[in-house]
Amino acid sequence: MSGKTLYDKLFDAHVVRTEDDGTALLYIDRHLVHEVTSPQAFEGLRLANRQPWRADAALAVPDHNVPTDVAERAKGITDPVAKKQVEALDNNAREFGITEFDMNDIRQGIVHVIGPEQGATLPGMTLVCGDSHTATHGAFGAMAFGIGTSEVEHVLATQCLIQKKMKNMRINVEGTLGTGVTAKDIVLAIIGEIGTAGGTGYAIEFAGSAIRGLSMDGRMTICNMAIEAGARVGLVAVDQTTIDYVKGRPYAPKAELWERAVAAWSALVSDDDAKFDSEIMLDAASIKPQVTWGTSPEMVVAIDDTVPDPAQESDEVKSSGMEKALDYMGLKAGTPMNEISIDKVFIGSCTNSRLEDLQEAAKVINGRKLAENVKLALVVPGSGLIKQQAEQQGLDKIFSDAGFEWREPGCSMCLAMNADRLEAGERCASTSNRNFEGRQGQGSRTHLVSPAMAAAAAIAGHFVDVRNF
Amino acid sequence: MEKFTTVTGIVAPLDRPNVDTDAIIPKQYLKSIKRSGFGPNAFDDWRYLDPGEPDMDNRSRRVNKDFVLNQQPYEQAVILLARENFGCGSSREHAVWALEDFGFRAVIAPSFADIFFNNSFKNGMLPIALDANVVEDLFNKVNGKKGYQLTIDLASQKIITEEGDEIEFDVDEFRKYCLLNGLDDIGLTLNHADDIRAYEEQRKQSAPWLF
Ligand code: SF4
Repeated sequence: MSGKTLYDKLFDAHVVRTEDDGTALLYIDRHLVHEVTSPQAFEGLRLANRQPWRADAALAVPDHNVPTDVAERAKGITDPVAKKQVEALDNNAREFGITEFDMNDIRQGIVHVIGPEQGATLPGMTLVCGDSHTATHGAFGAMAFGIGTSEVEHVLATQCLIQKKMKNMRINVEGTLGTGVTAKDIVLAIIGEIGTAGGTGYAIEFAGSAIRGLSMDGRMTICNMAIEAGARVGLVAVDQTTIDYVKGRPYAPKAELWERAVAAWSALVSDDDAKFDSEIMLDAASIKPQVTWGTSPEMVVAIDDTVPDPAQESDEVKSSGMEKALDYMGLKAGTPMNEISIDKVFIGSCTNSRLEDLQEAAKVINGRKLAENVKLALVVPGSGLIKQQAEQQGLDKIFSDAGFEWREPGCSMCLAMNADRLEAGERCASTSNRNFEGRQGQGSRTHLVSPAMAAAAAIAGHFVDVRNF
Repeated sequence: MEKFTTVTGIVAPLDRPNVDTDAIIPKQYLKSIKRSGFGPNAFDDWRYLDPGEPDMDNRSRRVNKDFVLNQQPYEQAVILLARENFGCGSSREHAVWALEDFGFRAVIAPSFADIFFNNSFKNGMLPIALDANVVEDLFNKVNGKKGYQLTIDLASQKIITEEGDEIEFDVDEFRKYCLLNGLDDIGLTLNHADDIRAYEEQRKQSAPWLF
């Protein structure tokens, strides 16, 4: 018999019972809750007169709807509909005895940033959240995936989910990354390679020396976008980098329990003889800084490339999709990527709002100012604590001196549910994860890039190769 | 949950790949704390030419006549025919609620994104994945005759065309059982409360830091 993959190990350790057809009742160790996908779930509990099975396994935080403007944060949310939703979370958390970091708590931030930051995300856990980017937490060797609202209610009521095992895929990124090339470029390159449905039905383990060489911040960026590759689960095996990160965090085990946990976590790797249903290789050295050109994350090219031509695509459905995308994005085939000028810049989101991301962007700015054609550039830290650390390092000053706005933590312009958004036709260099039509506001045009590439574009006024910037 | 046994009705063709959940229900509508009422804003950016906000009177908005769901008879459609990777993007169950509220009971496509696929079953909506060439055939039929209807019989796992042809489809046994009987997952799971408690006891021994 062949060995087990990391995913198999995590799955098997959480099976409460299995039906004849292979459907499993899976135990959930940690449940993160935010304001957008939970109100109907709490309402469901109330209607059925049910209590949470384990309120202490849940952690709640408002992030999608909160204002990031400093003044608005202080005086309260002005949008009445958003306000109602954030208050609903406050009330639900109180009523059901769930810990919440409310809007003005220093620990508040994007749900996928604060879980790891607090040590609420631990190796070996099953972790869910009513949000597709829950895959982020897989960077810790945890089985983490996004769920819908009915499932949020199901986890609250039973601490379990009904699941079937997915297939295993491993993506090996071997070698050394070039300077100026980051985790974001790796994951965009992967999506460009396998497509947005390439990972559908799979749990993807990211492996290889280039992945092992990344910090936890970088690994989270990669796992975050597993969903853009179609996979609900992204994973990285546990190693010393993982353990060093978790140690001493508020929710992490302490003293004798810590020793026991670390010993158990060392087994959280795929066995040498484990079988993967699909395996992909990528050479790290060949990855260049990436920029998306279309309305799907798979529509991506290297910065020194040009906007692709739909006429060259033989698949008819694809080719018409490309045409629609170019039309929406207001781009012509053949245009060099580095000639595309931008209107706005967004550095933030659960993909790229951690300290390392902000440091990388600040390094690129290096005393320079925003280009004149850039109307607005936002930096939105992933959490209150990251904001604080960045300020201690003087990063806020580097950004403000250059003309960026330094904001309060939240999802912000990643999905533009609050006031941070693009006007129709505006073009944005964004460190977020989705470039769908209308994602950053109706008619908005999003180009996904790394924090360093976003900073460089902000200074140049157009996309530019950060390697010679 | 509404039972799903046999559904017969008009099929609306939505001829684009990678239709994402942001397109199915734009984010401004996610501020609602209710489960219903999303139908009028399903595919909002495509259905209307001007931007929409929650609680707006849609009758005063400019309608995009080119969009398929604005054309008769598709306002009465109950089956949506789509292309690959339908429902990709965010996990929002609001996407399923919006389709359901519009009147859809089933979506047929070559492939679906996992979370959307899962969410559908929880709401009495049947997602059916068929071979790309079978879907292509259906597109030809539906485009060839406005108001083309299909019948979906879940018990026998068959789609019946107007010509009387039968197309078989796959569905997970457990999900089929829940749909046919309109069963709520939570109630089913709580039948196994003892198993859950036993699992917790054992985990408290082997991994006490999780509690
Ligand atoms: S930052 Fe963006 S992708 Fe991440 S949880 Fe918030 S809205 Fe979703």
